[in-house]
Amino acid sequence: MSWEAVIGLEIHVQLATQSKIFSGAATAYGAEPNAQACAVDLGLPGVLPVLNEAAVEMAVKFGLAIGAEINLHSIFDRKNYFYPDLPKGYQISQFATPIVGKGEIKLDLTDGGQRIIGITRAHLEEDAGKSVHDLFPGQTGIDLNRTGTPLLEVVSEPDLRSASEAAEYFRQMHSLVKYLGICDGNLAEGSMRCDANVSVRPQGQEAFGERTEIKNINSFRFVERAIELEIERQIDVLETGGTIHRETRLFDADADETRTMRSKELSEDYRYFPDPDLLPLEITAAFVQAVRDNLPELPDARCQRYQQAMGLSAYDAASLSNDLDRAEFFEAVVGVCGNPKLSANWLNGELSAHLNNADVEIAASPVSAEQLGQLIQRIDDDTLSSKTAKQLFKALWAQANAESNVDALIEQLGLKQMNDDGELSAVVSGVLEANPDQVAELRSGKDKVLGFLVGQVMKATGGKANPKQVNELIRKSL
Amino acid sequence: MPGIKTLRAMSSALKNREISSTELTQEHLAKIAADKTNSFVTVAKDNALEQAKQAQQRREQESSHPLTGVPLAHKDIFCTQGITTTCGSRMLENFVAPYDAHVVALLNQAGMVTLGKTNMDEFAMGSSNESSHFGPVSNPWNLDKVPGGSSGGSAAAVAAGLVACATGTDTGGSIRQPAALCGITGLKPTYGRISRYGMIAFASSLDQAGPMTCDAEDAALMLSAMAGFDSKDSTSAQRQDAWLADFAEQGIPDLDRPLKIGLPQEYYADLSNGSIIEAVQNTLAQQGHELVDVSLPHTQAAIPVYYVIAGAEASTNLSRYDGVRFGHRCENPQSLEDLYKRSRSEGFGDEVKRRILTGTYTLSVGYFDAYYIKAQQIRRLISEDFSNVFADVDVLLTPTSPTPAFSKGQLSDDPIAMYQQDLYTVPTSLAGLPALSMPCGFVDGLPVGAQLIAPAFREDVLLGLAAQYQKHSDWHLQRPNGSRVSKEWAT
Amino acid sequence: MSEAKPTIDLAHLANLARLNFDPNSSESARADLEKIIAMIDAMQAVNTEDVAPLSHPLDGAQRLRQDLVTETEQRDNFQSTAPSTSEGYYLVPRVVD
Repeated sequence: MSWEAVIGLEIHVQLATQSKIFSGAATAYGAEPNAQACAVDLGLPGVLPVLNEAAVEMAVKFGLAIGAEINLHSIFDRKNYFYPDLPKGYQISQFATPIVGKGEIKLDLTDGGQRIIGITRAHLEEDAGKSVHDLFPGQTGIDLNRTGTPLLEVVSEPDLRSASEAAEYFRQMHSLVKYLGICDGNLAEGSMRCDANVSVRPQGQEAFGERTEIKNINSFRFVERAIELEIERQIDVLETGGTIHRETRLFDADADETRTMRSKELSEDYRYFPDPDLLPLEITAAFVQAVRDNLPELPDARCQRYQQAMGLSAYDAASLSNDLDRAEFFEAVVGVCGNPKLSANWLNGELSAHLNNADVEIAASPVSAEQLGQLIQRIDDDTLSSKTAKQLFKALWAQANAESNVDALIEQLGLKQMNDDGELSAVVSGVLEANPDQVAELRSGKDKVLGFLVGQVMKATGGKANPKQVNELIRKSL
Repeated sequence: MPGIKTLRAMSSALKNREISSTELTQEHLAKIAADKTNSFVTVAKDNALEQAKQAQQRREQESSHPLTGVPLAHKDIFCTQGITTTCGSRMLENFVAPYDAHVVALLNQAGMVTLGKTNMDEFAMGSSNESSHFGPVSNPWNLDKVPGGSSGGSAAAVAAGLVACATGTDTGGSIRQPAALCGITGLKPTYGRISRYGMIAFASSLDQAGPMTCDAEDAALMLSAMAGFDSKDSTSAQRQDAWLADFAEQGIPDLDRPLKIGLPQEYYADLSNGSIIEAVQNTLAQQGHELVDVSLPHTQAAIPVYYVIAGAEASTNLSRYDGVRFGHRCENPQSLEDLYKRSRSEGFGDEVKRRILTGTYTLSVGYFDAYYIKAQQIRRLISEDFSNVFADVDVLLTPTSPTPAFSKGQLSDDPIAMYQQDLYTVPTSLAGLPALSMPCGFVDGLPVGAQLIAPAFREDVLLGLAAQYQKHSDWHLQRPNGSRVSKEWAT
Repeated sequence: MSEAKPTIDLAHLANLARLNFDPNSSESARADLEKIIAMIDAMQAVNTEDVAPLSHPLDGAQRLRQDLVTETEQRDNFQSTAPSTSEGYYLVPRVVD
């Protein structure tokens, strides 16, 4: 039997606010344990939450970016369960009335196609703290620094059909929240985590199979692998006559498996109800409009602009627009050289190859956008040939010095193309004299030897001759 | 100290250098040391003397507030930095808050002297002060009787003359009912008038702090010092009521017109001591006010609605007491579950557990709509009842409590009967309205209170009417064993 | 057992609330809760058709705060009241996931 997977993701996006969602404690990562947990975060007796307006603004930004309904009236609820990393014994979240309603994301597939993935909702909530199990014998240490960090939980429809699609969706969500500036996107620090709801059904069957939930996956690779493993496991269970039970599972990257997790609240009766410390959240249409007016250009719009205004191919436009850092680098290069096509070629070619090789992010590129732009400018004005340009690029990469001046380096390395007719004419004459047979063939109309002669000139000039001029000089001298 | 004085009497004596704040504090501490009501959980002697010293300096530098150097007591529900805050519970027996409640901070800024923390029903859950981990409080009028609750320690302390004013909190009547049962004046302000920050939560949408004093004049003075916007409480109201400062500085002015006073019939239906409240009506009528019958048709549902809402909110407000970051922790926990269950079971008393179970039940899957949502719908109907009558009348007059002080142990085995004590106080709490209880007579030697209820943020009407009534009566000046409150320092 | 009411599952509620009741106190807690629920059920008689729930007496909107860091580190102060800490962590018996 052939099976189809049905996947929905719940992505927790840590919002890039300075202070926490309900307190004035800092959200910075990496502080000493509990040094960033204030009285409100600790849930000490008598303290009260006060909502951070920046978190609200970021949620609205996200909602607008996915074309979702923004609920002008939303409510914060208490989700009740006991766990040591949850100091109050409840998490403040939005249950019945989230701030962001239905929206969608256009997923670009690797085969060039596109699919629409529905977003059910996105709501604001507070993050929990961390438990440390390996530091104290027989005891668990609780660090509440992360407690109260604002989260936007983005819940997708069960529209994803494979592990790779799910990973691509996660990747695209990552790119979007970074674009919007609402999340730093640092996966290693847990800035984006996801829970995956996975089920399988026989191909062609409409009804969903029973699902399991894999908790807390925090990298592109793990999303794909965890779901892949879970799909395989479920198919295996079903094909050997077993049944899938609704449960929460954990992905263990080291063991390369998913396994049953002990339930936090055995009964899962969270007793949601409106938090009486927080009145309903009311935002105005004017507030939403102001956020809309300040929305940055999004990947889709940028991709369109790259094709229409800059004349890039669909492929180049997409590859340059789907990551904010890359798009910004590209536009900085174009800003210097004014040649989008050549800039795209260099970004997707030489620069990407070097970055991949060295495993460096574009934001940390050793060759600056300014330098690359100047380099391209020098190709355009015939100072550099494509060959010397590559030499220059390698030199810039090796220097890794944003202060290094491109023109000075061209001089220093003697990479300047020979454009001077007098000097070039002398070299051309020399080459023609040295190769009388080929000159005769050329005269008799065998154009093929022209390439050979040009090559000889290039060789004699160490690649610095301008091939176009060499061509012309040879033809003229005949 | 010569007799029992009002806050204003002490304030003017301090101003006129008739006594120093240190002397005044020492006299109060001596009275507390001889107390037989168990109204204090903690006496903060050193702290009080230090504050008195600083107050004295401020008085000398003339940079003082009218309340500078005047002693007070805080209900042990308000967090006080450096002084234990128990909330009447074993759970917080040794808890010293690392911050002051907003109310405490404001009164400290005014220069008041904190004598100590008063006894209360555990986590403010009770109407008799018998649920305190630190033992019941006795009613100064009859030591075998309860003082009411949950602010029973504050009420008893003021009635016994141990302090002229104490802070209280009112969730369903916890200021007004003990004020009535102890013969003092208690004001529950409008929800949002006073910050809840640092006041240990019982039911967040109902809790409100207020003053418990000898009379309306003192209540007005205290209210102006306790009220004010607080950015740390998102339900704190931003108000510009100029009358607050005026009342504090110049005293409560005479009412500028006769009022239309509503008598909600539902509050008079089962009254056993009707003649006392009728006498209040007569006094007010003689002063030119118009009294009219009105109806608040959803009154009967208020007690069930209150116990659903307060229980639900309390059940989760009390989840933070888990033995991890503060508070009672059981010996040698064997597992996390053991730590939670034993710490909480040992730390909480029976009434608190009852409320937690009630709230857990009404919020749980399958019951939520039938209980919690239903209660919130009726809450709106109750609130609308008040809006409807306030379209026509200025203020309402009702009894504060169905009975005078009852005997200790009389209701403690019957939670339902105990809950009926809140019959007349709970509806205003659900609607968030201000209400005041003032002494209006005696039954068998025990004080009885009358309740005034006003529209939101109209405490000025309550205080104005109460002050007028108190000019024409002396119930509020009577104290146990024939002693009397004096409004003048020198008698 | 009381007649029409569904039996109260006290053990389940107690577990949700993380409370222990020994057999004796469990019976009286159940009896009390049954009485309380019966008292509360009186409100079912009120007609609430088309009435919007009122979750708060201030039937308004919540006030927001600016995104500013206002708190400073006070770990030692906060942990001075904690039952068990080490190296800045709060300690609980080992939790197994």
